[in-house]
Amino acid sequence: MKPIVEVQGLSKLYRLGVIGSTTLRDAVERMWARVRGRPVAVSRLAALASLEGRRGPRPNTFWAIRDVSFSLERGTILGLIGSNGAGKSTVLKILSQITDPTEGEATIRGRIASLLEVGTGFHPELTGRENIFLNGAMLGMRRLEIRDRLEEIIAFSEVGEFIDTPVKRYSSGMYVRLAFAVAAHLEPEVLVVDEVLAVGDAAFQKKCLGKIGDVARAGRTILFVSHNMTAVQSLCDRVLWLRQGRVVDDGPAARVVPRYLASAQPSVAERLWDDAAGAPGNEKVRLRRARVGAEDGSAPEAITTRTPLRLEFEYWNLQPGAHLNLSLHVYNERGILVFNALPVNEAVWQGRPLPVGLFRDVCRIPGDLLNDGGYRIELLVVQDEGTVICRYDDILAFHVHDSVEMRGAWYGDWDGVVRPTLEWTTEYLGAGDEAGAARPSGTSAIR
Amino acid sequence: MVNGPAARSHEVRIRANRSWFRIDWRALVEFRDLLVLLVRRNFVVRYKQTVLGPAWFILGPVLTTLVFTVVFGRIAGIPTDGLPPVLFYLCGLVGWNYFAGTMQESASTFVANASLFGKVYFPRLIVPLTAAVSNLFAVALQVGTLAAFWLYFRLATPAGADLRVGPELIVIPLLLLHAAALALGVGLWIASCTAKYRDLAHVTPLLIQLWMYGTPVIYPLSAAREHYFWLVALNPMTPIVEAFRYALLGHGIVEPAYYGLSVAVSAVALLSGIMVFQKTERTFIDTV
Repeated sequence: MKPIVEVQGLSKLYRLGVIGSTTLRDAVERMWARVRGRPVAVSRLAALASLEGRRGPRPNTFWAIRDVSFSLERGTILGLIGSNGAGKSTVLKILSQITDPTEGEATIRGRIASLLEVGTGFHPELTGRENIFLNGAMLGMRRLEIRDRLEEIIAFSEVGEFIDTPVKRYSSGMYVRLAFAVAAHLEPEVLVVDEVLAVGDAAFQKKCLGKIGDVARAGRTILFVSHNMTAVQSLCDRVLWLRQGRVVDDGPAARVVPRYLASAQPSVAERLWDDAAGAPGNEKVRLRRARVGAEDGSAPEAITTRTPLRLEFEYWNLQPGAHLNLSLHVYNERGILVFNALPVNEAVWQGRPLPVGLFRDVCRIPGDLLNDGGYRIELLVVQDEGTVICRYDDILAFHVHDSVEMRGAWYGDWDGVVRPTLEWTTEYLGAGDEAGAARPSGTSAIR
Repeated sequence: MVNGPAARSHEVRIRANRSWFRIDWRALVEFRDLLVLLVRRNFVVRYKQTVLGPAWFILGPVLTTLVFTVVFGRIAGIPTDGLPPVLFYLCGLVGWNYFAGTMQESASTFVANASLFGKVYFPRLIVPLTAAVSNLFAVALQVGTLAAFWLYFRLATPAGADLRVGPELIVIPLLLLHAAALALGVGLWIASCTAKYRDLAHVTPLLIQLWMYGTPVIYPLSAAREHYFWLVALNPMTPIVEAFRYALLGHGIVEPAYYGLSVAVSAVALLSGIMVFQKTERTFIDTV
């Protein structure tokens, strides 16, 4: 069977700067220039596209996407990732037929529906029910299909009795829920979804992602754009990574997402200075080596929130009998100091004068402590527990990936600076009166 | 679920520089329900928060008719083909308003729906078609009003004694179709041009106003026999308004040659308008 979506050499050229403010005057000026045989200042896009190959790109144009090709088998969930401006939205817009490509072509063998925002075409004066029909029709549903699913849609939206109230009286939450409810009950063969998950509260996001998972399990093909790597990793079979309009990688989520995250924040897993004279430091101390890695030696791409980490630092002490200790500041990607680590329980050398020579400090960060995200480490060398004699700002940087296994059905961001796995117990204290009777009598228990 | 052979044959091909001549009729058919729902929306929304509601469909032309009667009839003394001025103006306005309204709404298709078009695909032609269909409601109500005035003049005034209704009435739907084709043709051209050159948005109201004076709405074609007859007669809207008046009130000049020319102009305008419009809709959103 032929792939349900086939994209070949898709490219889109945009004009920079004064897009949209083309006026009659510009056009007349251009025509005038052409009549007088002068070079045309700004030519048409199509003409530019053919020129590009021969003369190099025009300065005031850019390729939003360039030569993007991929094909999808029926039932695949493809995640489209990349930083802002990488061309994800352009791909979606072309596949949704909102704009045509400058070059290349795409074939979609089946009914396609795109969800680039929720509530497209909602009219504030119309009731919830009327908007369900209008919005559904815009997304490509037939009126009968909508009528068949009306009860389901209303139930999913949880707006209940307000279904016959104009949506302008809705709270923003109700509005979004109704809008998503319509979208969720589309049953196209190919569904294109863009960042809809950015709306609504946590519970609703969860419901939306759950619904997307259901749709996928029903065997439909999904193209999913998101900045939420957790959602992408949990939902997508395949991930397409775009950078500056070109495909960087296309493959299983487990391979592409870590690569993408690592590129977003460059990792520095190890630094080594062989030559003491050139190493960072001063006449008191010189650094030799710094390293971060999984305790079990697995690759940095495999570090997840569950992985115990091992940090190593080697340095030369150049002052006989100095009292030194290292101090680590671990920052997360938001710049928050997650913790400060000191060798307080180091047994051998802590508190003792160090002879001149090479030392190695090893420190371990247990698994199930750090949340997912990027981290960087600042190293301080402290003398006599008070004077910083050497400081290295970003000596190491690493990325902790999400561990999908511990999440259950929740795909949203896991809030908090740390993500410890705590010991947790739940006890059954009996039902109804019996439970009441089991409680200590009177109020004396609460003081 | 959409399955089976019907669904399988459904294939969307997206390509650069598609042909000018391929008009996507299939997509229009697929989205016909949207047309119906948008017509309903227009009707509901336009009068939802007004006290008089749909009565405005009637009040607007009636008030304009009164103004015309005073200004052009009484003060300027422009003849009305021997018809009661109120009937004359009202009849002219019904046809003209349908044309002007449809044209103006079609002309603003891209500018007015830019944000919507950036988020969802449906055949953009649905929007101007919706305007053409929505405005038929106004026509129906206005024809009803005209009928009421007609009855009054027929029964209560001596001047109305020769008013007759004949089998010509059945051409009214055809005339409306003709007016719709011309309005859409011109409107689609303007819409496509304004998508690129925003200046033109300011020109549309002016064009409509000037066009009205070039059309026998406030004067009968017979009154233009001496001056500028060719200009008025070549105007493709002239035979429509005159035929409208002839069908409803029995007065008007309908010359087959000019009518034929108008049909041809409308057909060319409509087809070329659709082509230009479809070409524009494919990349319009890039210039927003």
